[in-house]
Amino acid sequence: MLLIRCPYCGERPEVEFHCGGEAHIARPETPTETSDADWAGFLYYRTNPRGVHAERWVHNHGCGRWFNALRDTVSDRFVTTYEMGTPRPEAGSDVTRA
Amino acid sequence: MLEVNVARRTPAVAPMKAASHVRVEPIGPEGRLSFRAKESALAGQSEVAGFRVDGAMNSRTVSGDRAALRLGPDEWLFTCPAADLEEVAEAISTTMDNRAFSLVDVSHRDVSFLVEGEHADFVINAGAPIDLSLRSFPVGAATRTILAKSDIVLTRLAEDSFKVTCWRSFATYVHGFLVEAAKDFA
Amino acid sequence: MNQPFRLAAGGRVDRSRPLTVTFNGRKLSGYRGDTIASMLLASGSHLAGRSFKYHRPRGILSHGSDEPSALLSVDWRADRGPGYRDPNNRATVVEAREGLVAKTQNHWPSLETDVGAVNDLLSPIFVAGFYYKTFMWPRKFWDKVYEPVIRRAAGLGEAPEVPDSDRYANRHAHCDVLVVGAGPAGLSAALAASADGSKRVILADEGFELGGSLLNDATSTIEGKPAMAWVEETLAALDARENVVVLPRTTVFGYYNHNHVAMVERVADHRDAAPESLARERLWQVRAGEVILAAGSHERPLVFENNDRPGIMLADSVRAFINRYAVLPGKEIVVATSGASAYRAALDAKAAGMGVTLVDIRLEQDCGAELADARAAGITVKTGHTVIKSLGTKRVTGLVVAPLGNGGQIGDKTTLACDCVGMSGGWTPSVHLFSQSRGKLAFDAELDAFLPGQSAQAERSAGACHGVYDLAAVIADGAKAGGGSVTVEATPSYTGFQPVRVLPTDADPSRVKAFIDFQNDVTAKDIKLAVREGFQSIEHVKRYTTTGMATDQGKTSNMNALGLVAGTLGRELPAVGTTTFRPPYTPVTFGALVGPARDDLFDPVRKTAIDPWAEKNGAVFEPVGLWRRARYFPKDGEDMRAAVARETKAVRTSVGIFDASTLGKIEIVGPDAAEFMNRIYTNAWTKLKPGRCRYGLMLREDGFVYDDGVVARLAEDRFHVTTTTGGAPRVLAHMEDYLQTEWPDLDVFLTSITEQWAVIALQGPNARKLLEPFVTDVDFSDDVFPHMSVTSGFVCGVPCRLFRVSFTGEQGFEINVPADYAESVWKTLYEAGQKYDIVPYGTETMHVLRCEVGFIIVGQETDGTATPDDLGLSGLVSKVKPDFVGKRSLTRPDMVASGRKQLVGLLTKNSDEVLDEGAQIVDDPAQPIPMKMLGHVTSSYASSNCGRSIAMAMLADGRSRIGETVWVTTPQGFTEATISNAVFYDVKGETADA
Repeated sequence: MLLIRCPYCGERPEVEFHCGGEAHIARPETPTETSDADWAGFLYYRTNPRGVHAERWVHNHGCGRWFNALRDTVSDRFVTTYEMGTPRPEAGSDVTRA
Repeated sequence: MLEVNVARRTPAVAPMKAASHVRVEPIGPEGRLSFRAKESALAGQSEVAGFRVDGAMNSRTVSGDRAALRLGPDEWLFTCPAADLEEVAEAISTTMDNRAFSLVDVSHRDVSFLVEGEHADFVINAGAPIDLSLRSFPVGAATRTILAKSDIVLTRLAEDSFKVTCWRSFATYVHGFLVEAAKDFA
Repeated sequence: MNQPFRLAAGGRVDRSRPLTVTFNGRKLSGYRGDTIASMLLASGSHLAGRSFKYHRPRGILSHGSDEPSALLSVDWRADRGPGYRDPNNRATVVEAREGLVAKTQNHWPSLETDVGAVNDLLSPIFVAGFYYKTFMWPRKFWDKVYEPVIRRAAGLGEAPEVPDSDRYANRHAHCDVLVVGAGPAGLSAALAASADGSKRVILADEGFELGGSLLNDATSTIEGKPAMAWVEETLAALDARENVVVLPRTTVFGYYNHNHVAMVERVADHRDAAPESLARERLWQVRAGEVILAAGSHERPLVFENNDRPGIMLADSVRAFINRYAVLPGKEIVVATSGASAYRAALDAKAAGMGVTLVDIRLEQDCGAELADARAAGITVKTGHTVIKSLGTKRVTGLVVAPLGNGGQIGDKTTLACDCVGMSGGWTPSVHLFSQSRGKLAFDAELDAFLPGQSAQAERSAGACHGVYDLAAVIADGAKAGGGSVTVEATPSYTGFQPVRVLPTDADPSRVKAFIDFQNDVTAKDIKLAVREGFQSIEHVKRYTTTGMATDQGKTSNMNALGLVAGTLGRELPAVGTTTFRPPYTPVTFGALVGPARDDLFDPVRKTAIDPWAEKNGAVFEPVGLWRRARYFPKDGEDMRAAVARETKAVRTSVGIFDASTLGKIEIVGPDAAEFMNRIYTNAWTKLKPGRCRYGLMLREDGFVYDDGVVARLAEDRFHVTTTTGGAPRVLAHMEDYLQTEWPDLDVFLTSITEQWAVIALQGPNARKLLEPFVTDVDFSDDVFPHMSVTSGFVCGVPCRLFRVSFTGEQGFEINVPADYAESVWKTLYEAGQKYDIVPYGTETMHVLRCEVGFIIVGQETDGTATPDDLGLSGLVSKVKPDFVGKRSLTRPDMVASGRKQLVGLLTKNSDEVLDEGAQIVDDPAQPIPMKMLGHVTSSYASSNCGRSIAMAMLADGRSRIGETVWVTTPQGFTEATISNAVFYDVKGETADA
């Protein structure tokens, strides 16, 4: 079970959280003006990288807040967590590939 | 209107006695209000109608018979005697007038239990995965977490005394779970 | 009494506490501190089981949890009745207690005479890959032969036949340092880690006595004192520290992410007088800052012909039985070894009075000080010798050995008569937990072992599992892992061995059974065969031969198997690699994993405030998610269909009362509440006046219907939203997600009030007449309080939110009262309703009533791929709002293409026939298989109000096919039905879409 640092509550066990998939997928400002292809990309296409991945998590059995996390998909190590609305941190390029 | 004699009935289950020195006891009705407001709306004020809103995340601040549990950055659970509820709600609304906030009565939504006695922390930890050492969860700490298969709000009232609050339909389960866990300390 | 092989003195057993256990029906005597294995040996017997495949007699190989052979079925509380037995307990770790009842496994009719032993003679057919080769053909053999016969013969032990009568506990724990293993390294590590008092330390060991290898060591000294004196001093020091928790009988069996470690503590099995309420075992889920692995090492067997005979055991186990348990494993022992450590066993056996001969495969010049020590003690040592085979049947009677020439040729054979053999093929560090932690193993050629390499988590290894074998070095290594530093004087250990996979022999290898894996009956020739048949990956060899599987997970066999595969392939060992170590380290009971989550505590059963009344009044319940809901209220032996017919009729003719408390409810509050609603729902909300309700439809971003429900606007800035029962948590989560991540600028807050308000629905033409007298502060006139409106007032003196809404088509009210008052209000209304012949009804009747008037249930008619238009609900989708969740997706090409399944009604030709929900629909039942399936039935009921069966279906282009005939699958074949509108009952009263 992972240990996840909620930006509001500190380190809590994984069972208190739920992962919401890839982060920084911006919902188009005006969806009606978005092409079918772009909208399909927004709905269905994700990067699924090997290595550091920006993800959305919610502390749903805790403070209820959504936040973002950089997690290494190989080692499961969390590089950092950060509040919603803040840009993806630069950290993470140094993560060791297991 | 017909005169009706209405009885209040909490789901707080038939008394279950465990041969244990950790007591698990339902707590009677109390006033509970879910209060929500962003930092900007609170404008730095430390209290709202007698409830402290400057406490740290996951802590409980008591003033008299009123307690404010800070469960999220913009979320508090206010508790007060059941009889004071209306008056309290009105006072909060008056204080917060013209500002964005939410006040919702959840008195009947929740049921609370007292878990008390030496090793009460172990009884809670039978189902709650968080660190209950005094260092990590000191007296006055309060948080939403999990007890086995139920959400709970956990408050540490004293070193060996905890308050466990859950939704009413989970009360039978939570009560049963705690009584079962308390058997370890017969 | 009957302990002829018990030494008169010594050992760690408590001779003041004698006890007896039952072993295959006979009594064994022993003492507290014994295991069943040591008691069996004290009685003079080694025979402890039959092997898995060949049913060969097997003895006791080891003295610990790595035991592959001596597996017992143990009834731990035979005096308490059934439900206390479990199989596959290793006799070497079962702590003896008065009254235990143990049985050996894998034989019929008895351990001594086992007809299954014929397999040993038939062994040419039980070769590697037997299962794969056999079960391939012929197909018809599967049901008649393989399944019943082979399955009965295979498998280890017998599963318990009754539910487990014990209770099991669970505990989550946190610490700064978890030390795994309380041998010299672990004790030293715990001492160092806890020294300054700032760290919480847990020290866990699987044994019932702490000390690890030192428990078996009668000769070593530490700082001039006997090693066990050091253990006792260390334990006393740890006990005195408040920051240390010492857990004996606690096996660390799983090492998971982020230093989350699972252990099982055996709480009750060893206690004479354990109260029944005491948990048998406790599962610990520990989150550790750091983990120190001090798990020790496993001795390797030597691989020679018939190396599995009872009486043949590991050399260090000989030491354990003599020194710890004061039991002689025989009178005349041959110690066969490829390394130094076994010389200690020989010396201890000699000192205990056994006749001892040492056979060492190493040449004279490759031996160390141990050789001279042994000879000085008067032990005959044959260096440069190999073991050809053992003699005997149910007990070893001799060992055939021979000198090895310079070119490896076998010299003249000698038979050494003996009743016991201690063998040692070197040592394998226990890297299981390290490997589970996802650390990388690194091969050390000098130690012929995989050692912990690069760590993946905050973890360190110390002592033998770290490749450190000398006692003083082990203690220093432990202290270092614990963050300290210590130097002790200790007796130098005999270390070093010469790796050997299979002992040289002149026998025909294809006729020799030399066991690698004792538990799975895998021999050296099986492994060679697997390699010859093309299996090169060690993971494949493992699966093909089953080596390294089952309860011991190859603890003793792993390195011999790897080495043999590497040798056969002509590769270096690291190139072959090792199999993946998986949890659990040793077998764990299901009870420990399940813990308290059984019976009433398996899952929460959520009950409404009105549930006690429903139970008292004979409701039949059904689970809806975690809720239990009244399904119908049968009278006088009615079945469901009769009860529902009566209940549905009553609602349409007078009044029914229904518990709708489980509906999800969310209070949405804030100045931006209406704007938030506009974005989340397909409908427009700005113009909805306070006091009015609207049926709301919610989509996912992909355009498919997510949930629905009545929404009431209580005030400009306050909505009371209802959701489906099952959808309550996910709808709130969906809303929070958008609010927090897409529109954090909106000033609006969401609070779950599902359980704050209990909901009593009164439905039917007499609903208003019944309700009105009990309500204050509410004007019931149609223009003030019409259908689809909401108001606050008091019912029976209790504050309420009163909805005038209908899910039945009839006049209806949903009375929301604070839950604590609900039962009381319900009873009052029910009693007053008697004059209208009020009927309580359940979910089944509710389903029929709503279907009659064409209301869908999200999750029943929809399956996550239905658009509003598919359901005929386009009218609920705002055309003016620039955006809402899911809007853009509704114009994607596939969403507007023809051929989509649409909601229709189905009327069976035979009006009594009730279709199966989920049944498939086709145009022509005579078409060839696979048929073209056009859709499926979503809801289907017998409707007394319609006088016939009714059904809803999702059917391709259904709306344009009304009046046409289709065919629907039934268990008997196909039945004919006419496509209709999905509204079946014409109500004159209220309509939902007002």
